[in-house]
Amino acid sequence: MKIHEYQAKALFRQFDIPVPNGDVAFTAKEAVGIAQKLSSTAWVVKAQIHAGGRGKGGGVRVVKTIEDVEKAANDILGMQLVTHQTGPEGKKVKSVLVEEASAIARELYISIILDRAKSQPVVMASQAGGMDIEEVAAKTPEKIIKEYIHPTLGMQAFQARKIAYALDIPAAGMKEAVRLITNLYKLYETMDCSLLEINPLVVTEDNRVFALDGKVNFDDNAQYRHPDVAGMRDTDEEDPLEVEASKYSLNYIKLDGTVACMVNGAGLAMATMDIIKLYGASPANFLDVGGSASPEALENAFRILLSDPNVEVVFINIFGGILRCDLLADGVVKAASKLDMKLPLVIRMKGTNVAEGKAILSGSGLKYAVAETMEEAAKAVVAAIKQPVASS
Amino acid sequence: MAVLVDQKTKLIVQGLTGREGMFHAEQCIKYGTQVVGGVTPGKGGTSVDVAGKAVPIFNTVADAVQQTGANTSVIFVPPPFAADAIMEAAAAGISLVICITEGIPVNDMVKVKEFLKSTPTTRLIGPNCPGVISPDLAKIGIMPGHIHKKGPVGVVSRSGTLTYEAVDQLTQRGIGQSTCIGIGGDPVNGTNFIDCLTLFEADPETKAIVMIGEIGGSAEEEAALFAKANVSKPIVCFIAGQTAPPGKRMGHAGAIISGGHGTASEKMAALKAAGIHVVESPAVIGETVAKVMA
Repeated sequence: MKIHEYQAKALFRQFDIPVPNGDVAFTAKEAVGIAQKLSSTAWVVKAQIHAGGRGKGGGVRVVKTIEDVEKAANDILGMQLVTHQTGPEGKKVKSVLVEEASAIARELYISIILDRAKSQPVVMASQAGGMDIEEVAAKTPEKIIKEYIHPTLGMQAFQARKIAYALDIPAAGMKEAVRLITNLYKLYETMDCSLLEINPLVVTEDNRVFALDGKVNFDDNAQYRHPDVAGMRDTDEEDPLEVEASKYSLNYIKLDGTVACMVNGAGLAMATMDIIKLYGASPANFLDVGGSASPEALENAFRILLSDPNVEVVFINIFGGILRCDLLADGVVKAASKLDMKLPLVIRMKGTNVAEGKAILSGSGLKYAVAETMEEAAKAVVAAIKQPVASS
Repeated sequence: MAVLVDQKTKLIVQGLTGREGMFHAEQCIKYGTQVVGGVTPGKGGTSVDVAGKAVPIFNTVADAVQQTGANTSVIFVPPPFAADAIMEAAAAGISLVICITEGIPVNDMVKVKEFLKSTPTTRLIGPNCPGVISPDLAKIGIMPGHIHKKGPVGVVSRSGTLTYEAVDQLTQRGIGQSTCIGIGGDPVNGTNFIDCLTLFEADPETKAIVMIGEIGGSAEEEAALFAKANVSKPIVCFIAGQTAPPGKRMGHAGAIISGGHGTASEKMAALKAAGIHVVESPAVIGETVAKVMA
């Protein structure tokens, strides 16, 4: 799960990680109120969306008068902000973070993430902070230092010092930097983060060290021990169909093709998308209905698939293991008749109770093409599409 | 000969008295697996009837091992307690721990991996996996037993149902399997591809290997390098997620593409360079195995 920068900074404050003074505003009036309370001569107004590259997209403005705070907030709030991470349609800005501006001397980078190969958390830091850290990593990997953290002992003081020295923190800011790095790891571990990133971590001209930006992602599997984190979710930042699917514990991801897919198991669901593309069509979604989908969940899955206006054909690919084919067939027949499905339907079923499943389908009056293998199914899907999309 | 599990395997089920544990324990017993006990704290001393067999329940894994001589455990306990269940099994001297549970927090698994360094005789399979089956000998997990057939192909996979798909393609062509191992799709897991390739290479019954990977991480790339130097048997490989858009999360926590690494094309190139038969279509896994074994 992702959260906004202002929420990340609230967590930073909670864990004693220094951040600039400021607050979130949902209206220009609120933005002015916040700016007036901050004893500053310059302010930063930052669009709050779940995507990076906001500055380049025009979503961050530094201003020197209260009037300009209001103007900047008016301009940014409600704008459709397009960055390299939002896709061409962009994201609507609903809130801005208003902060005091700082006299920045240096921009650094620090993050904490799991290194899968080592099964250990790793702190990555670089003196080359700022916007293009991915380019730094690709072109000059030697400029990024990595410090692996012991899985049970956690971060040691010497490691925090090592990172701070590698970042060439001035002596006057050293104590603050070590505390910040130590607390950052505490936050990562305590809150079950899957990613923590500060870019940039800044050193000011008067040698203060703080997080000018903040990105925090959480491990969804650990949410049961952080009920407070769930409250930070902003469903406006997610695809509406994905939000709807999440209500029924369906694993759905919206894509831009025309073949709606209903599959059990993530691997088979991805393989189904792959074979659709291989035969010249394009998947409209990823959907894993899981191993124990109830008839209700199947019906909702079907409804969600059909509510995507791009869909031209529906492809059901089920390998019954725990999920029995007869139960699936029953759910599909009920959903299709209830929703008055008009689109072509291709069904491929294998595994547990497949004969019973096929009997239910053939006795239902439902129109569908049946396939034995994934290859046959993919061919039937492509044949059912009016205008096949070129394979890429 | 099969690897990891066979008719001599003595299995306990952690979480036997739960709905999932009960259902799958019954399926395992019906397949012929020796289920010698269950572990549910607080229910020790009782027994439950599973597939017509009275299975004793123990409070701790240590009790179960002591009284039944169990050497293998399968875990069906819910995510908040699963990491603890793995460590309990390892501490009790279980040599093979198979964790089916999906949704264990990553930080818990990071700690489990560290713990397992202190119990080097324990091998963990999973979590978030379908389990292990040696056709006709033993089934430990949630896979449908009837699609399998005894034979010469070792199967190792990060996926569940996609493994069934591959196995079904083999069986339909009359090609059987020595052992099928689901290693799970989580970012931190126990046994990896390299471990399984090592087992299959050493197993005289296994003549060819099917490997099914997914986008995310670098386990397939590492396996490719290993296979080039250490595996003489032919390997057929499919990578799921060739069409997954970058940055999207496709269900398995493991299936994340980040920073341009772990994409399907990178993995496929690395595997091909190692002399592995990489198939683009999931529909031709069985066909390709038939060709390389001819």
